[in-house]
Amino acid sequence: MTERPLSPHLSVYRMSRYTLLTSIVNRATGLVLSAGLILLVYWLVAIASGPAAYRAARAVLSLGVLKAVYVILLATFSYHLFAGIRHLIWDSGHGLERSQSQRSAALVVLGSLLLFIGLVWWALHAGGRAP
Amino acid sequence: MTKSSNLRSPLGRVLGHGSAKEGVHHWWVQRLSSVALVPLTVWFVVSLLSLPAIDHATITAWIGQLWTAVFLILLVLTGAWHSQLGVRVVVEDYVHGSGAKALTLALATFFHIVVAVAGVLAILKVALGGAG
Repeated sequence: MTERPLSPHLSVYRMSRYTLLTSIVNRATGLVLSAGLILLVYWLVAIASGPAAYRAARAVLSLGVLKAVYVILLATFSYHLFAGIRHLIWDSGHGLERSQSQRSAALVVLGSLLLFIGLVWWALHAGGRAP
Repeated sequence: MTKSSNLRSPLGRVLGHGSAKEGVHHWWVQRLSSVALVPLTVWFVVSLLSLPAIDHATITAWIGQLWTAVFLILLVLTGAWHSQLGVRVVVEDYVHGSGAKALTLALATFFHIVVAVAGVLAILKVALGGAG
């Protein structure tokens, strides 16, 4: 490795910048969703392994710790979805002015918050279907 | 002879691979997979929350529907692909030392392939009626 300073070096950035925050949170939520993919495949493999194996897996999947994980996954999905769409719009060459970027950052936070609240409400009112 | 305004060789310009040596392929497939994942993930979350129950019989009947299996397979494959591309850049940015970087990248790639294959095979087994 070279001794040149290589980007990104988080310790020197001003963390209060909305540009940096929206970007790093998108990356962090992406990593959380990658972990969520493992959980999804674990669930699919349990279903494929038959009713008895699925019952055993449900005992694991309904642990309190994992319920917190599902809430986190809904939150990270909501954010990554909106932040990802923001990136796609940028990639088309639109919304790159500072004022537009500030507005879209606020929209991403607001939109993902509303979606997250809506999804949690839906999940809670789905009626005894929690795994 | 026309004078070039940049320092790239004519061959380099034609190949279009830039300083990353692989052009825009990574960038492009990351975008392509993200566009596909918008409807796929929304469909999955909505479907999951709409299921009347999540016991084995209900879930296997749901996956047994042709289009459920198709979309689930697309979700797992596209999700694993997008995740692999994303994890790759995170490793490239934050894991230092060429040895550690290459090892982490290899492990992450293997892991994503295992997750994708296991997911697809599980869906196929259920969809084809092999999950009892």
